Amino acid sequence: MQAILPYLINGISVGGQYALIAIGYTLVYGILRLINFAHGDVFMVAGLVMVYATAAMPFYLALPLVLAVTVLLGFAIERAAYKPLRSAPRMSVMISAIGVSYLIQNLAFYITGGVPQPVVNPIPWISGNIMVLGASTKRVTLVTPILTILLVAGLVYLINHTKIGMAMRAAAKDFETAQLMGIKINAVISMTFVIGSFLAAVGAMLYFTNYPSVAITSGGMPGLKAFVAAVFGGIGSIPGAVVGAFIIGLCEEVIKGLGYTTFSDAFTFALLIVVLCVKPTGLFGEKVTDKV
Amino acid sequence: MTNSKQRQKLILMAAVLVVLLAASMAVDAALPSYHIAIKVIKKATVYALVAVSMNLLNGFTGLFSLGQAGFMLLGAFSYGVLTIPVAKRPGVYQYFDGGAIQFSLPEIFSGFLGDTVGSTVGMLLALLVGGLLAALMAWLIGLPVLRLKSDYLAIATLGFAEILRAFFQWNALGPVTNGSNLLKNYPDFTHATSYIILAGLLVAVIVLLINSTYGRAFKAIRDDEVAAEAMGINLAKHKRMAFIISSFFAGVGGGMLAMYNGTIAAASFKSTMTYEILLIVVIGGIGSISGSVIASFLYIFSSEWLLRGLDSGKFLGINAPGLFKNGFRMAVFSVIIMVIVLFFRRGLMGDRELPDLLDRKPKRRKEAAGK
Repeated sequence: MQAILPYLINGISVGGQYALIAIGYTLVYGILRLINFAHGDVFMVAGLVMVYATAAMPFYLALPLVLAVTVLLGFAIERAAYKPLRSAPRMSVMISAIGVSYLIQNLAFYITGGVPQPVVNPIPWISGNIMVLGASTKRVTLVTPILTILLVAGLVYLINHTKIGMAMRAAAKDFETAQLMGIKINAVISMTFVIGSFLAAVGAMLYFTNYPSVAITSGGMPGLKAFVAAVFGGIGSIPGAVVGAFIIGLCEEVIKGLGYTTFSDAFTFALLIVVLCVKPTGLFGEKVTDKV
Repeated sequence: MTNSKQRQKLILMAAVLVVLLAASMAVDAALPSYHIAIKVIKKATVYALVAVSMNLLNGFTGLFSLGQAGFMLLGAFSYGVLTIPVAKRPGVYQYFDGGAIQFSLPEIFSGFLGDTVGSTVGMLLALLVGGLLAALMAWLIGLPVLRLKSDYLAIATLGFAEILRAFFQWNALGPVTNGSNLLKNYPDFTHATSYIILAGLLVAVIVLLINSTYGRAFKAIRDDEVAAEAMGINLAKHKRMAFIISSFFAGVGGGMLAMYNGTIAAASFKSTMTYEILLIVVIGGIGSISGSVIASFLYIFSSEWLLRGLDSGKFLGINAPGLFKNGFRMAVFSVIIMVIVLFFRRGLMGDRELPDLLDRKPKRRKEAAGK
């Protein structure tokens, strides 16, 4: 137990970070039925902006800036790359998403010169070491799950008890009818991208404080894993995404703890394939029937 | 369509092929094998083959699969593992006692067919083995995955490619795959013409397939699955077939890419590679073989040669090292790709082929179906 404990603690922390990304996927998929391949790259950009901003200004200015830039990026991506294709086949939109991902990575390569940007203690207090049950860890490991749960609680409140939340639920249920009922569908979709990017930015800040550097490909893997988490939990369901993310984070770290680091990524995808084949609707997903 | 028109088209295609072949032979004769033109032709040919194989699946059967890099990885590794000369194995597998496999196909065949013929046969056979392995893997993966639809299929195949990559980097398989170290020192075709002939033949096979009854079944599945099933097309069988055939060609393409690169590392077969190929298919037009081929040549030609200057400080005589620094080329490229994806969704060719350009009024797919 003592040997595996640090991995469990880490797993919960990583799970929290995946959860914050996964919500972005699940919200967008719920409404647009689109796997937003660019979401992982938005996450990476948030990390890069954090590195640059914290180097240039004190962190209490830098962190809001990171949030603002990321939200703006998410909003811009939706307006520029997905909105023009609203009536196009789903495959076109997905290709557009892949194109955006490619574009962001190449732009990031150009700006960073392809060199991973070192993360040097961006948020002072959070990287400090503490002891948990006899295991030494960084403070961020404890902050992450708590912050995740607070943010998710806030989001669930927003979705269940506010007007925009109701609009989002309506749009997720039936896109066209929602439009007929006078819901400004474009505003709702923009809102989901704003929320998703905001959470991804928070996730990026927590995630990259644990890593030595941000590379242009850093977003891909966490992005894909968060998507798997969203599918595992039942895509479109927020609690599902969170639970799925925590499970995946835990499993991954335990696998690393057992010495199979090479397979921690492979495990996630194996899980995805098993879930898709056995229970495609995931843990908390609603059953959908195909219409001819 | 009249017979004479069809004949015209055939003549046009034949003429284009002959000109291409002659051009490549001339280039081969005139330039040394390390010249950039030869490199561009080789790489573009390989990409053309892989793009066409992806198009067969994504464009003609409507199965949105993103596993291409995984199948290419299988092909590349089989080629490398089977063709590294025995004498060079201890150097390549230095961390794994010279590796577990102690034979090399080109050398075996050189033994009784002579050096040139034997090694060529060995190399081709290694490529074939790569393709077959990829096809076998596709059959296995297809059992669970092909039941999924559109974006779920995409993400599941992407996942499989990642799992494969993890396996090939696993140290326990090191005696065969060399773990996360490079495979190198294997033979290559020196002439660009060999690449063109090989890839050309394979693409021709795909074209024949697409024009056969199977091809028509694939297109029917793409256009409307339910209707296709109602017309008596066995969905599961045809989807599986398209997936396996496409993977076979991706595997061979992966082997050829390994040949071209000179080294094989599992780490390079990332999802980015699949995305790149997908974007080539999109540029060429989803559902057009000639479009994919033209797009790969355009893409590789501009990214490897024409736009090189964007990366190295000087472009079109403008000297601006601050702007034209490393990575600018790909940034410009991806902007162009986004413009195509957003505003020219049909790509260069749409779903037409090169000979169709002879028709004054290009027929759209719907009208053709209504005939």
